[in-house]
Amino acid sequence: MPHVLSDTALVFGRYARQTLRSTPALVFGLIQPLLFLVFFGPLLNDLPLGGDGDSWQIIVPGILIQLGLFSASFAGIGLVLEKRLGIIERMRVTPVSRLALLMGRVLKDVVQLLVQSLVLVAVAVVMGLRAPVAGVAIGFVFVGVLTVSLASLSYALAMRVATPQEFAPVINAVTMPAMLLSGVLLPMTLGPRWLDVVSHCVPFRYLVDGVRAAFAGEYGDGKIALASLVATGLAVVAVTLGARLFRQAGA
Amino acid sequence: MAVLITSGLARTFRTKHGPVEAVRGIDLTVEEGEILGFLGPNGAGKTTTLRMLTTLLPPTGGTATVAGHDLARDPAGVRRRIGYVAQSGGVDPTVSVREELVTQGRLYRLTAQQAAARAAELAEDLGLTELLDRPCGALSGGQRRRLDIALGLVHRPRILFLDEPTTGLDPASRSDLWDLIRRLRDEHRMTVFLTTHYLDEADALADRLVIVDHGRIAAEGTSARLKAAYGGSPEATLQDTFIAITGRGTPSRDTAPLAV
Repeated sequence: MPHVLSDTALVFGRYARQTLRSTPALVFGLIQPLLFLVFFGPLLNDLPLGGDGDSWQIIVPGILIQLGLFSASFAGIGLVLEKRLGIIERMRVTPVSRLALLMGRVLKDVVQLLVQSLVLVAVAVVMGLRAPVAGVAIGFVFVGVLTVSLASLSYALAMRVATPQEFAPVINAVTMPAMLLSGVLLPMTLGPRWLDVVSHCVPFRYLVDGVRAAFAGEYGDGKIALASLVATGLAVVAVTLGARLFRQAGA
Repeated sequence: MAVLITSGLARTFRTKHGPVEAVRGIDLTVEEGEILGFLGPNGAGKTTTLRMLTTLLPPTGGTATVAGHDLARDPAGVRRRIGYVAQSGGVDPTVSVREELVTQGRLYRLTAQQAAARAAELAEDLGLTELLDRPCGALSGGQRRRLDIALGLVHRPRILFLDEPTTGLDPASRSDLWDLIRRLRDEHRMTVFLTTHYLDEADALADRLVIVDHGRIAAEGTSARLKAAYGGSPEATLQDTFIAITGRGTPSRDTAPLAV
């Protein structure tokens, strides 16, 4: 097995065990998206949201992308703390693959997000969601790719800052408007024209539209294709940037 | 045989206020099996030099060969043959001692079996066996330091770099650690490159001292030779010698008022 793969597996294992050890974070991570589902979802049941699907087919994709957006963006906070403990330097002095130090962590985040998504969709089905299995699977792929992108960017930022106090405000400044403008809560087409136009400048908008189309079983209307394009582009840029910062010395 | 040779090693940082020359050209040769004490006042360039020699920071000038590998051309080769114990150590307080040791072995590409065996062997050698299943955060200062050093030894490095290894330890733990460092040299012919602020530590432990100041080597030699040359007599304290070399602590050029 090439070193980069075995090293990635090693790093993945370390952080997967770390996640499993922190029970409160794990439990809250599972419950938080369910809160949206249970306390926010029913508000929209009888509202005219546009589109063909019923309200759950619009709400659940939104919560999925929101989950990816927030969880993956904050992934780097752990790395900031590890840097302060000297763990990152200790690992950088070993021959371990620099790319593996990034990808092992990112893969752990992807697996964690997919488990959370699975629980979310299972509960949503109990509450009334009906969606084609293939569409849900496509949705999960988008959540996975989004997590790869945002977690890579988050780790890249974490390599550049020294304290959590520098890290958190940047992430908040990005995720909050991104969340509002991507239409995760309600479809942007419901709003005034200018808001719809602005939201098209936010890449996550296309992912939300793509996942909603997939959940509605509309595979051919171009939204999924466009979302794939945006998701792939974002991932390539983010991983390239993250890998470069992990390779550079001095961080 | 020399295991570490540097020539004109330098590092300039670019900052908002212009370039800062942290290290201005270090020429150094360290022999196999030598314990080298790297001393200097705060800000003299000790840590920057150490970070360059351990591949964490690329030099902006000069060359170095570390354990037979060129620092600039083959940092991966250098990493395989050196151990580095940073001042902050670098363990996760929630991870067990055993897991940290095994993971470290795996990072150096040992197989799972090799890494487990090496962890047990090191734990035995450094008195950590009883602590293997405790979280790192539960160790005392002295135990933590022994674990940090064990992590640096997992792959049997030829050179061990120690950054202020006894800072914050009680006197008994310090003396235990000195014994450990001497034993590493005596039993494994390991070369030890250590920075310290404690002059008694340098005096007791190092075969040779290198005193850096303002990013350059200000003096080097055995403790006795430096005392005779700079302190005035072989009976001078290393403290007086150090101050004579670096000019710190006396009303020297740094602190003299312009007008009285």
